[in-house]
Amino acid sequence: MSAITRDEVAHLARLSRLALDEEELDHFAAQLDQIVGAVARVAEVAAGDIPPSSHALPLTNVFRPDEIRPSLTPDQALSGAPAVEEDRFRVPRILGEEA
Amino acid sequence: MSLTRKTAAELGELIASREVSAEQVAQAHLDRIAEVDGKVTAFLHVDAERALAQARAVDERIAKGERLGPLAGVPIAHKDVFTTADMPTTAGSKILEGWRPPYDATVTRRLREAGLVILGKTNLDEFAMGSSTENSAYGPSHNPWDLTRIPGGSSGGSSAAVAAYEAPLSTGTDTGGSIRQPAAVTGIVGMKPTYGGSSRYGLIAFASSLDTPGPFARNVLDAALLQEAFSGHDQLDSTSIDAPVPPVVEAARQADVAGLRIGVVKEFAGDGYQPGVLARFNETVELLESLGAKVVEVSCPTFAYALPAYYLIAPSECSSNLARFDAMRYGLRVGDDGTRSAEEVMALTRAAGFGPEVKRRIMLGTYALSSGYYDAYYGQAQKVRTLISRDFEAAYHQVDVLISPTTPTTAFPIGERADDPMAMYLADLCTIPSNLAGNAAISVPCGLADEDGLPVGLQIMAPVLGDDRCYRVGAAVEKALNDRWGGPLLSQAPAL
Repeated sequence: MSAITRDEVAHLARLSRLALDEEELDHFAAQLDQIVGAVARVAEVAAGDIPPSSHALPLTNVFRPDEIRPSLTPDQALSGAPAVEEDRFRVPRILGEEA
Repeated sequence: MSLTRKTAAELGELIASREVSAEQVAQAHLDRIAEVDGKVTAFLHVDAERALAQARAVDERIAKGERLGPLAGVPIAHKDVFTTADMPTTAGSKILEGWRPPYDATVTRRLREAGLVILGKTNLDEFAMGSSTENSAYGPSHNPWDLTRIPGGSSGGSSAAVAAYEAPLSTGTDTGGSIRQPAAVTGIVGMKPTYGGSSRYGLIAFASSLDTPGPFARNVLDAALLQEAFSGHDQLDSTSIDAPVPPVVEAARQADVAGLRIGVVKEFAGDGYQPGVLARFNETVELLESLGAKVVEVSCPTFAYALPAYYLIAPSECSSNLARFDAMRYGLRVGDDGTRSAEEVMALTRAAGFGPEVKRRIMLGTYALSSGYYDAYYGQAQKVRTLISRDFEAAYHQVDVLISPTTPTTAFPIGERADDPMAMYLADLCTIPSNLAGNAAISVPCGLADEDGLPVGLQIMAPVLGDDRCYRVGAAVEKALNDRWGGPLLSQAPAL
């Protein structure tokens, strides 16, 4: 049985916002099946009561004084934007036609 | 002797004493780049004019009597995953082609403050995902020992630049071995500092709990000088360690292992290891004993699961981090013809802008994090991560450092593993545990494999903030082996 199906890969591509074509889906489905099969080996480790580590070192929240400091100008912040209008990022429509 | 053959420490002294100018040194390296980079393709971007201007500025400050740091005026090649306000930053991806960041990474800023002269930006696997630079959208870099072979990855442009004498120093980032593996396969020194010891601010994120900036050099002392120059606490990185930088330069000068307890990791041998790699490693173990170290075998049983745990944790973090490439604020935008929605434009842009390995990892991470699979994959991998840290802790109760080969094999031919992801992932077998535990680890050359005459690396691992131990042992091995070889291993590389 495969670890991951082609339909699942198509679903993952949608969740990942990757517009893959049919050929890519076939290719990635075979490869991801092999990779998922290999990484599933982590299940062999008896780790039931072991606490998970999201980081190697203990993390503490870091605060800085709430002071106004120099930051990017609007021109700098917009300098890499694909499209700009009136000092703002111009983006394609984000709501459906009915909205 | 040509200026490009000198060490960074020597160049720093020559420049400080005004025996040569920083401008001459920069020009010599720019000439070398012009001569050999057509074959090596270490660089994605070279800025000769800006490099010469930086060098002249250092010369002027020295002429005025200013006392600068030990690397002032020394040229460096900078991995193209650190933002640079005056140069393009691509992360090896089409999605960032031509992007000019509006700010410098902390590592970039500190290189400038130390007076280092940035020659240009080096090639890498796209978003630092890979072990060969073949995943770069701009084509692979080549190993100076054999141009048909990989220079390692992801920081393969940086390793190739230093091994080809295009720069005495370079920067890298190490998430699963991306500094140590390229250093090993090109016969140079590469160090992954303790996680949090060097700032991630302005480093384009791949896996934030693992990514660690570190140095490449042709010798251990130079690597220590560079690590010291860009390390230390940074308020702009919430995971930056607020502690002094370990005494790495002093340790590199100490170069002595007498009385040190060294552990050989039992699990890093056997199937999949090239005989010539194991032969050079075993000889180095004997050498360390002859230098007065006490060597014992230690077992870290969970290390056998480090690779699968890493390939769940790193892709999970990558799938989240790379969500920022949304075609809205910077980078590529494809298909925005007025009819398509933002979501469609996003999906078209990401499909066009990311290469296959990045897509694989984003989807793998999305899978590992999705409901129904989270506990079995990401959750379980995080538990394995805890056990790997515990294996290290138990080992460091018995010994001061651990050693292993850096990589199971020498540099493989370009193309051999390009479309076989699992085979490619095996290149990081020995380096991944140190990333998962946040520990320090270095790779130093330990000889050439008999089968192919290519470099083999020795990995030295030390506990969190034990970076100085890596340098101390690395320098001792380097000194003894250079005496045996009559010079650095790299001097045996064929002329380009």
